[in-house]
This record gives sequence, structure tokens and C-alpha cells, in this order.
Amino acid sequence: MRSGSAIAGGHAGRAWFGRARALAAAVLLATSLSACGAINRVPTLEEQAKSAWSEVQNQYQRRADLIPNLVETVKGYAQQEKDVLVGVTEARAKASSVKVDASTVSDPQKFKEFQDAQNQLSGALGRLLVTVERYPDLKSNQNFLALQSQLEGTENRIAVARRDYIGAVQAYNTEVRTIPGRWIAAWFYPEAKPMETFTATPNSERPPNVKF
Amino acid sequence: MRSPGAAARCDALARLGLLLALLFGPILWAVAAQADEPAFPPLSGRVVDAAGVLAPEARTSLEAKLKAYEDKTSDQVVVATVPSLQGRTVEDYANRLFRAWKLGQAKTNNGALLVVAPNERKVRIEVGYGLEGALTDALSKVIITTAIAPRFKTGDYAGGINAGVDAMLSILAGDAEEWQRKAEVRRDEADPGQVVLFVILFLVILVVVYRMNRGGRGRGGFVVIPGPSSGGWSGGVSGGFDGGGFSGGGFSGGGGSSGGGGASGDW
Repeated sequence: MRSGSAIAGGHAGRAWFGRARALAAAVLLATSLSACGAINRVPTLEEQAKSAWSEVQNQYQRRADLIPNLVETVKGYAQQEKDVLVGVTEARAKASSVKVDASTVSDPQKFKEFQDAQNQLSGALGRLLVTVERYPDLKSNQNFLALQSQLEGTENRIAVARRDYIGAVQAYNTEVRTIPGRWIAAWFYPEAKPMETFTATPNSERPPNVKF
Repeated sequence: MRSPGAAARCDALARLGLLLALLFGPILWAVAAQADEPAFPPLSGRVVDAAGVLAPEARTSLEAKLKAYEDKTSDQVVVATVPSLQGRTVEDYANRLFRAWKLGQAKTNNGALLVVAPNERKVRIEVGYGLEGALTDALSKVIITTAIAPRFKTGDYAGGINAGVDAMLSILAGDAEEWQRKAEVRRDEADPGQVVLFVILFLVILVVVYRMNRGGRGRGGFVVIPGPSSGGWSGGVSGGFDGGGFSGGGFSGGGGSSGGGGASGDW
């Protein structure tokens, strides 16, 4: 039917020709972009950033899981350090109560809440490890030493997971904010939003290092 | 409704977009990937003595031990001594080095790296994702404090590295209990029985692998070597495994990665 109307009038024919060219250009753009892999880069980078984010969550969870045991062990030797222990337990409860889901990464408010809660827990743990220095019996307790090396390991894993996440988000954000990724995202992936990333806090990159 | 002029503009825009993508995409990509990586020594073998603390024979015997173990289990255990951590923490440096060398097989991430920085007096056991369950943080710490650090304190780098590698291999082979016990005793003792057993095991593997290994393994992984590569090494990379392969060279990471497992210490 369309071709019939195109033949019918010169004006309509030119319009059809224009539309066909635009369509052809769009098809050409889409195929050439997909040929060089650009069209898939937005979702690919998004998936990478999301998986880096779940690794971050994993490692923070792993740290949270270590804490009750650590607090119990320290309690046995240093009951008078009640304030510090309560501080750790409360910070852990607070960090665990922050609800984290897929939308956290693209919501600055939620992301900040998550980051603040975890930083607070890092601070409380740091204080606990400093306090422990005053208890030689505790420091030579095998259970405590094992827990301490696990905690150190977990803090290091958190640092690595955060670094990976920052790198993945940087690549993804660059892609969705620069051309042609920006156009591709607007046309094909309208739900793709830039993600939040960690802001460095003093010593956050460095795991607590306690000598023994 | 679009005029031909608009279509032409759209077309031009599309070409421009494509051009920009082709021009700048790879550049941005490369810049993002190379951001602030320190210069690492090339992976010239299973023992990379960039700090020069090992005698040649100690290095050879370590290499043989590590090769035998990898042939048996496919776990890649590598030792690196570095002259400088380049201002980084040993944790950070070891993790980046591990990833640059891609230790362990790509699917199982079964690599482990012992990094020794004699000038900073730091040591770290960096464990790949796949071996974290066996060589745990706590056990890695025990190895460092009981087997490695005491020997390093007396300046015996070869002895410390050797004891550390023996401990890592024995734990990876499933002897975690032995080291758990050591954690309780906190004593440092040589175990001649274990050494003899290992030598016998090594000889057996040597024979078996030599007979089986005619076809080679043709590993898919490749290594990107940062910085200048040393003469003989670059030739061996492209060739991959050539079957016989006991004469050194031809070693590359399998594509594994690490998420920061392991432990560090100093002396």
C-alpha cells in the first residue's frame, strides 16, 4: 500500500524516500554498532558492575558473620571493655539493618546510607582491635588469633572488592555518559542509569594491621 | 515527517557516531584498563627472584617442586621476591601481581602466590578464589608466623621460602590438620619424613608425567607482560607447552584471579 502511495504523488514519494533513508541509516547504525560490539557494551558493563557489587556485599556480609564470634572471644578476656564491645555489636546491627537491593547502586541516598553504616562498623572494629592490644592473654589465644587473621583477610577482601567495584562502575558510567554509549543507552536500554561509587575514607583502603 | 535533508543529517550523525566509537572507544578502554598499575617483573617461571635473594640451586629445586605439584593437581603455586613494593601495601601489591600474572586455571582460579619483599620486610601469601577454602586466611597466617618469619629473621630467605612453600603445598594437598596443630604448639620444626615422602612422590610424578606428557597440554591462557620482557622468555610464551617441558621456560598463568584471600606478615 505504501509503495502505491509513493508512486501516486511526487511529494509523498519524497517523504517516503526521506523516511526510508532515516530508517536505513538507523539500521546501518545499529548493525555497524553491533558489529563492533558497542551495542552490547552497556549491558555487558552493567552486568560486570552488578556482579562486582554483589561481591562487595558478600564480603561485608562475611565480615558481619565473623563479628559475633569475635565479640564472644574478646568478652571472655576483657569484660571491662563493655563500651567497645557494645559499640561493635550495635554498629553491626545497624549495618545489617540497612536494606540493600539492586536499586541501592543507582540511588545516591541509599548508597550513602550503606557506605556510612559499613564505615561506622569499620571504625568500631578498629577501636576493638586497638583495645585488644592491652590484653596479652587474649592476644595469645589461638581462637582469637585465628579470628583476627580471618578478620584481616576479610578486610582485605573488602578492599579488593571495593576496588573492583569502583573500576567496574567507572567503566560503566563512562560508557553511559559518553557518546556513542549514551545514545545507545537512551535508545536501547532506557533503564540503564549511572551507578554510585565509593568515596574514599581515610584508611578505608588499608586493612587494619595488628601486629602480634 | 522527515525531509531528505534531515535524513542526510541523521546519516552523517550516524557516521560520526561510528567514527567516534571506533576512534575513542578503544582509547578510553585502554586508559581505564591501565590506570595506575605498578611495573611488575615478568613471569619468567614458577620462582621469580626479582630481588635476587635465592641461590640458583635453591631456585631450581623450588621450581621443580612447584612444577611437580602443578602437574599433579593443576594448582599453580608461584613464588615472587620483589625489590620494592613501589609504595603500596603488600596486600595491594600481591593482589595486583597475582592478577597481572593470572595465576591458576581460568575456570577454577586455583593459584597461590608467595610474595617476599626483603627491603620492606613484608611477606604475603595471596590465595586465588578457588583455593581459599583449603588455604584459609588463618592457615596462611600460621604458615607465615611459624614457618617463614622465623627463618627470615635470621636472614635465611631460601629456608623460609622453602618451608613456606612446603607448608602451602602440604595444606593444599589436604594436610590442614598438621598445621592446625602447629598453630597450637607455635613451634618451628623441620619434618624430615615429609621431605623424604615429597622427594619420592616427586620422582614418581616425574616419571608418570614424562610418559604421559608427550602430547602437551596446550593451555589456552596467555600472559600480558608489563614492562620489557627478558630475552629467552618471550619466545616461550607464544609456543605454549611443548610436551617435554622440564627444561624451564614455557610457563604462563592459566587465567585465574584472586579476590584478596590469604594473609600477610613481617619480620
